Amino acid sequence: MSLRPVRLHIATAVLLLATATAWADEMERVLPVAHAATQKECGECHMAYQPGLLPAASWNRVMDGLADHFGDKATLPDAVAADIRAYLTRNAGRGDGRLLRISEQRWWLHEHDFRADVWRRKEVGSKANCEACHRLAGQGDYDH
Amino acid sequence: MKLSLTFAAAAALAAGSAFAAGGQRAALLDTLAAQAAKETPGFAGFSAERGRALYLGPHAGGKAETNACAACHTQTPTATGRHYKTGRDIPPMAVSATPKRFTDPAEVEKRFERDCPNVLGRACTAQEKGDFITYLSGQ
Ligand code: HEC
Ligand code: HEC
Ligand code: HEC
Repeated sequence: MSLRPVRLHIATAVLLLATATAWADEMERVLPVAHAATQKECGECHMAYQPGLLPAASWNRVMDGLADHFGDKATLPDAVAADIRAYLTRNAGRGDGRLLRISEQRWWLHEHDFRADVWRRKEVGSKANCEACHRLAGQGDYDH
Repeated sequence: MKLSLTFAAAAALAAGSAFAAGGQRAALLDTLAAQAAKETPGFAGFSAERGRALYLGPHAGGKAETNACAACHTQTPTATGRHYKTGRDIPPMAVSATPKRFTDPAEVEKRFERDCPNVLGRACTAQEKGDFITYLSGQ
């Protein structure tokens, strides 16, 4: 892909970044969403993000705030919301639980250190539009 | 002003294989018509023309970035839309392009509940919902 930055040489990799890199490599593939309600209700306005992309605390915050979800109203019937919350938190990954966004997590920022105009390209539009760059993101494959 | 049923039936016939979908859409429009008759004094059927105006806007009252349904569903209902913020594709709203449109009442109601406040700053009336579906059934 044209946006692919030059990978850091292992030899030159800064020790500080090592953890983030190791995490990200684990993330080349995350388990696909295997829960019908999550796929349907959380996959309308953007792709249904895989549970492994955020820690449980972040998912809980997202689910607590659906009435004002990044400026949109995304409320769901209580039973459906509880079901989705259970699925997301049970299969959650790691990261900083104080952050709501995947695109604010350290590992993510480290992998996506692009020039600002990349995000403004018409076909990208938003950091949250994973599928614009990762064609197979919907299947949990971020290696493409 | 044509009656909604004519539109839905015509769409269903044209689509052929989408006949069942047309039936479900017609049933949904019937429900909305019964509601509109109670809500709106002088209600005399749905109007594709009013539906078009709702779709294209611009409207005041909602969010500035989304002052029309077209902000995400595009000016051309047969074209693939795009969520104004997330960039995600939205399949065309025109029934001719997406025959499954407006066939799942719960799904349709959920989206009206979310999308109308974003655009109008208030809920849509039953008449507006029926107008909207009638317009897109003919597209
Ligand atoms: C009504 C539309 C809508 C629905 C439904 C919706 N979202 Fe969102 N979501 C958004 C918008 C808008 C954003 C912000 C996108 C941006 O900033 O580009 C967003 C962003 C997110 C983000 C942060 C993405 C990032 O930048 O890392 C997460 C996580 C998220 N949503 C989870 C969910 C979950 C879980 C559900 C289902 C319970 C859901 N969303 C349903 C509209 C929606
Ligand atoms: C503007 C394009 C773009 C967008 C949008 C984007 N990414 Fe990426 N992403 C990349 C590039 C380029 C890489 C680096 C790929 C590499 O080094 O192999 C990357 C790397 C990754 C990796 C590490 C994969 C690996 O091979 O180690 C993950 C996981 C990832 N992205 C997830 C996401 C998620 C989740 C989203 C949406 C919230 C997203 N990306 C949005 C371009 C993008
Ligand atoms: C912020 C973006 C956005 C705006 C603005 C918007 N919509 Fe939507 N709409 C969506 C998304 C996303 C979907 C779900 C994806 C889909 O159904 O393909 C949707 C689906 C719908 C559906 C469901 C159709 C079906 O077949 O299930 C209806 C009805 C609808 N919108 C009505 C409206 C109306 C009426 C307006 C204007 C008052 C409007 N929308 C404005 C994003 C938007």
